[in-house]
Amino acid sequence: MSENDRHHPQQNHFCPAETMSEDEDPCRPSPPPPPPPPEPVSKKTRNCAAVHPSPHSDRVLEIVLEHVLQFLTVRRDRNAASLVCKSWYRTEALTRSDVFIGNCYSVSPARVTTRFPRVRSVVIKGRPRFADFNLMPQNWGAHFGPWVATMGKAYPLLERVYLKRMSLTDRDLCLLADSFTKFKDLVLVCCEGFGTSGLAAVASKCRQLRVLDLSDTEVLYDGVDWISCFPEGETCLESLIFDCVECPINFEALESLVVRSPALKKLRLNREVSIGQLYRLVVRAPSLTHLGTGAFGHPEPQDPNDQEMDYGSAFSACKSLVCLSGFREVMPEYLPAIHSICTNLMSLNLSYANIGVEQFKLLIQHCCRLQVLWVLDSVCDEGLQAVAATCRDLRELRVFPLNAQEDVEGPVSEVGLQAISEGCPKLESILYFCQRMTNAAVVAMSNNCPDLVVFRLCIMGRHQPDHITGAPMDEGFGAIVMNCKKLTRLAISGLLTDRAFAYIGRYGKLVRTLSVAFAGDSDTGLKYVLEGCPKLQKLEIRDSPFGDAALLSGLHHYYNMRFLWMSTCQLSQRGCEEVARALPRLAVELLSYEENEEMDNETVDVLYMYRSLQGPRDDAPQFVRIL
Amino acid sequence: MRSFENDLNLEATELRLGLPGSSHKRPLSDHEARQDGGEEGRKTASSPKAQIVGWPPVRSYRKNSLQHKKADHEAASGIYVKVSMDGAPYLRKIDLKVYKGYPELLRALENMFKFTAGEYSEREGYKGSDYAPAYEDKDGDLMLVGDVPWEMFIASCMKLRIMKGSEAIGLGCGLQM
Repeated sequence: MSENDRHHPQQNHFCPAETMSEDEDPCRPSPPPPPPPPEPVSKKTRNCAAVHPSPHSDRVLEIVLEHVLQFLTVRRDRNAASLVCKSWYRTEALTRSDVFIGNCYSVSPARVTTRFPRVRSVVIKGRPRFADFNLMPQNWGAHFGPWVATMGKAYPLLERVYLKRMSLTDRDLCLLADSFTKFKDLVLVCCEGFGTSGLAAVASKCRQLRVLDLSDTEVLYDGVDWISCFPEGETCLESLIFDCVECPINFEALESLVVRSPALKKLRLNREVSIGQLYRLVVRAPSLTHLGTGAFGHPEPQDPNDQEMDYGSAFSACKSLVCLSGFREVMPEYLPAIHSICTNLMSLNLSYANIGVEQFKLLIQHCCRLQVLWVLDSVCDEGLQAVAATCRDLRELRVFPLNAQEDVEGPVSEVGLQAISEGCPKLESILYFCQRMTNAAVVAMSNNCPDLVVFRLCIMGRHQPDHITGAPMDEGFGAIVMNCKKLTRLAISGLLTDRAFAYIGRYGKLVRTLSVAFAGDSDTGLKYVLEGCPKLQKLEIRDSPFGDAALLSGLHHYYNMRFLWMSTCQLSQRGCEEVARALPRLAVELLSYEENEEMDNETVDVLYMYRSLQGPRDDAPQFVRIL
Repeated sequence: MRSFENDLNLEATELRLGLPGSSHKRPLSDHEARQDGGEEGRKTASSPKAQIVGWPPVRSYRKNSLQHKKADHEAASGIYVKVSMDGAPYLRKIDLKVYKGYPELLRALENMFKFTAGEYSEREGYKGSDYAPAYEDKDGDLMLVGDVPWEMFIASCMKLRIMKGSEAIGLGCGLQM
């Protein structure tokens, strides 16, 4: 994980996914596959060994190289090393223990296990992000099955699996639990397809399990009480995260598990856990560093009398708590219980808590060390002003909408954004949902927050201009790409003309991820970006007037990208076919929203394309056509 | 009924008993539409655009959690009805859910409009007062407050009207003229 630390010293506490998404380089293996240069290594050693070349020196050097390469942990460095020559390629492959597959269809499992025989940790990402918003029909793919089947045989010592937006079945999890005797870390982010039976298999068979993290993952409750399936006796558990899992929890089993897990540092509960139950857990685990509460209010009938529970002391006994989240079903009168620990907090996630301005201000005024804050817009501009006044060290802010609709009045606006920009100069990452915005505030942020790496502004009304001047939002986003020299991720919204794209193409030289929705005037807009942004990796576009001409202007770049997604734009099948012809190692998928897949010859619903070494996948459902 | 109702921005003076800061307007719900009745035609915001799939880009889990939360919140914050009083220049609005029964409601009305309702009896209505609290029910009929069980009253009350003087006699308030 060190490569991520290097670029993001502040680890994202809520979504481990985020630390992983910011990879610096094209994933390896990747096309065009670089043939190792023809010079054999022996030539080098011959020179070094002077007069008497011998096979021994080759081998010695390889051994030395192995030892040296083990110090290389950064993916980019390893990829570079593998290109030096055949020997380095081989040695690097033997010593790589962490494999990152940015797109599960870019390479086959067999190819990975053949090249890298000694892998301990695997990261695999599946669906593209727009699938989260129902823009991709169900059952598109990204199955873990083939991977676990292959790795089960090839990597018996596998310790860590991290999956994002993949589909898994209970059988896959059983196979995982059976195949990897030393398995330690299972992190599933935005995954689905399995139930509590699968979890039970992992809990019962992976005796060295350290991390079980199910952030934003859907788990079907099939009646199995997985919490009870952890073995008796002390466990190695360090992290247990199931805050979004919608299933009942056997509390006695959970409590017993917490008590016999002395290494437990991270615990995130789902909303089935009542506040009274939370109390019992907290007093038994005061050394937690990361806590996600379940319900924070509405005590259950079986909870002991409220008056007897000194929530305040229970929390203040947790001296190590730096990250707090949860607060489902929050009742504001319980919030003062956490005031005492606020001064230690580095991360606070209130994005499921509908708290009003006053209550929020009472809370945030204590959080002077806060670096990461996720809130709902129910805190209003005034709440954000309070954040700006207190949280001078803030690095990451996310403001989610309580009411995710267009055409409603929003409680946050340019006022909040401006305040944050003035109060939090160290800001690196922002996600801001609002109903109205001005260019001036965005420009201010570009000037006040030069360290911005991620800027995602979502003006929820489509095509909304600057609400004071009536101008498009071009100048605001232009200022962001111009002034924020470290920017790598950008999401744009509001009324935008091709001019905005011209700015991005001209100044966004480090931009790797770009999200576009309902923006632009013509093909020129997309052309600016494809021609101007050399580092572009991930481009997701919806409902924008870009057609074949624009698509074809990116042919020089598509092999360098992780993927391109374009839905409800103005592409035709002919245009997509032309791309597929020009770039044989690109998987060009056309997805159809219509049930009857009578694909209209002209319009393309969704274009999803990505480089791939393995050729067209064989698990594509009916609505997918691979060119 | 009252011509000035369409001119006044009644929403600005609307009483809200939600949490402080939660002042953003909810999109017009079925319930509110019903309360306005057809003839008054409350001005709504521009008719909402058809919801676009996947926009705004908030994950379903998050949207659903907050919907559930908002529904709870709205259920808790209850049923707003307009209250008019004969002779008073403007109406008020109250949240019926806040009150546990008739006595509380009447006390609140008395405080709000500075009158006394008198003593209620089934036979005589409100005795000893110039005023009688009445309400319009789902069928459009004018009813005396207090006749039906509380739960039924909350479910059927569309608006309240505090009637005065001679008009109130017909409802059996036993007024001594």
